[in-house]
Amino acid sequence: MSAPLHQRLARVDRRLIFLAIGLSVALPLILNLRLAVRPTPIVTKIFDKIESLPPGSRVLFSFDYGPSTMPENQPMAEATLRHALAKECRVYLMTIWETGPPQIVRAIDEVVKKDFPERVYGRDHIYLGFKAGQQGAINALLADFKGLFTTDANGAEINSFEIMQGVESIRNFDLIVAIGSGLPGVKEWIQFGGDPGNVPVAAGVTAVEAPLLYPYYPRQLLGLMGGLQGAAEYETALIAKYPHYETQSSQAIVMMGPQTVAHVVIILFIVLGNVAYFLERRARKKEGR
Amino acid sequence: MADSIVLWVGALLTLMIFSFLYRDNPFYKFAEHLFVGVSAAYWMVASFWSTLIPNLLGRLYPKGLGALLPSVAEGEPNLWYAIPLFLGILLLARLNEKTAWISRWTMAFVIGFAAGTNLTRYLQSDFVAQIKSTILPIVGVGDGGLDVGLTIRNVVIVGGTLSGLVYFFFSKEHTGATGRVARAGIWVLMVTFGAAFGYTVMGRISLLVGRLNFLGHWLETIF
Repeated sequence: MSAPLHQRLARVDRRLIFLAIGLSVALPLILNLRLAVRPTPIVTKIFDKIESLPPGSRVLFSFDYGPSTMPENQPMAEATLRHALAKECRVYLMTIWETGPPQIVRAIDEVVKKDFPERVYGRDHIYLGFKAGQQGAINALLADFKGLFTTDANGAEINSFEIMQGVESIRNFDLIVAIGSGLPGVKEWIQFGGDPGNVPVAAGVTAVEAPLLYPYYPRQLLGLMGGLQGAAEYETALIAKYPHYETQSSQAIVMMGPQTVAHVVIILFIVLGNVAYFLERRARKKEGR
Repeated sequence: MADSIVLWVGALLTLMIFSFLYRDNPFYKFAEHLFVGVSAAYWMVASFWSTLIPNLLGRLYPKGLGALLPSVAEGEPNLWYAIPLFLGILLLARLNEKTAWISRWTMAFVIGFAAGTNLTRYLQSDFVAQIKSTILPIVGVGDGGLDVGLTIRNVVIVGGTLSGLVYFFFSKEHTGATGRVARAGIWVLMVTFGAAFGYTVMGRISLLVGRLNFLGHWLETIF
């Protein structure tokens, strides 16, 4: 005689669950499943802010993450950078994470060099590199920007660049875009940069970190892109306004199809687990245990 | 050619790590140990060249280190940096059990500096500003009069914060009205934990999507 349903459900091999999750991600990727993404106000606020910046505005980008969270952080980093450059803002790229420089280089290669080859280094954009010191570094940037960044990432004297004229402190920026995945990250940019410098901070973070940052929205944080969903929402807003960026700004949108299917499968497993639990409880009651 | 090698190494290491989902095996162990070793080496080399040389040794002896790092060559020696160098050397005293206590001087300096720097900012941004963000009008008023959406949002924020605080107030027994508010506080906490869990699931799946996407590119190069 076969075991009751709840016992069979409780004994499901975990490898079958892994396989189901794997397939739920792989199949939509192979089939190129695309689902509609609608930007929410918390993401739209960042888009609207960058959209409202006049040409020549200074936007400071800090890419504080590493390769381990690239699937979540890189699409949002590249989409916001692309948008700022499309609005002819002057962009400053830096990081307070030692693993950040390769992510910046990738963004420069994918966005600046491919989509904006006419922009001049040192006049329209600059790569400042990594600075140690965590929140202490942000504190130092608030007091004396060029005191910390005495050179760009390639070792050239900082005052030799036209883009650095008039930059003495974080206060001289129109917007800080902090893309992060942990400590130090967005929270430190709010505490040590945005709040004391009175500069709006727009953030993009991994999904794990997003719930920790909601309390700062909307007074201390202009907007928040939470995980892949946040990145996909930003890309959707960007493509709606600038359709010619659809090919290069769809990284997160493409990944949201598999993401959604995987969520459905996980929800099904949660439901099955609960069904097994209640069936077992009923069986115990019947047996008088 | 170099890109191909990087792609193959990355793909094979990814498959080695994924093999753990079936069961523990030597391939997984190899990839895991390799990752730990490479990470440690990366952090050490990156810290040396991006922090120790430009921020400390380059400022103490710019001419000597200018050959290694041209960006520090033009500077003048700044002997104030001998103090952090000295404190850094004291940290190495931990390597010997008898002299380990000396490193506490450096630790005291580091902790004191961090506490002093962080305290004021945390008070401003995480305490005062957060309280300020919670003081909201219960009735939201928009352009055309009563804004229902804003009113609901403000009630949820104010009510949720207050009930959450009451749940953590242990000087009064959680009975009667206090108990009911504390019970509402538990619901607020549960919703928060649920949202955090949902986001965590989303984050992990995103990473899986990223990896499978990478493996897809690798397979495209083969077939």
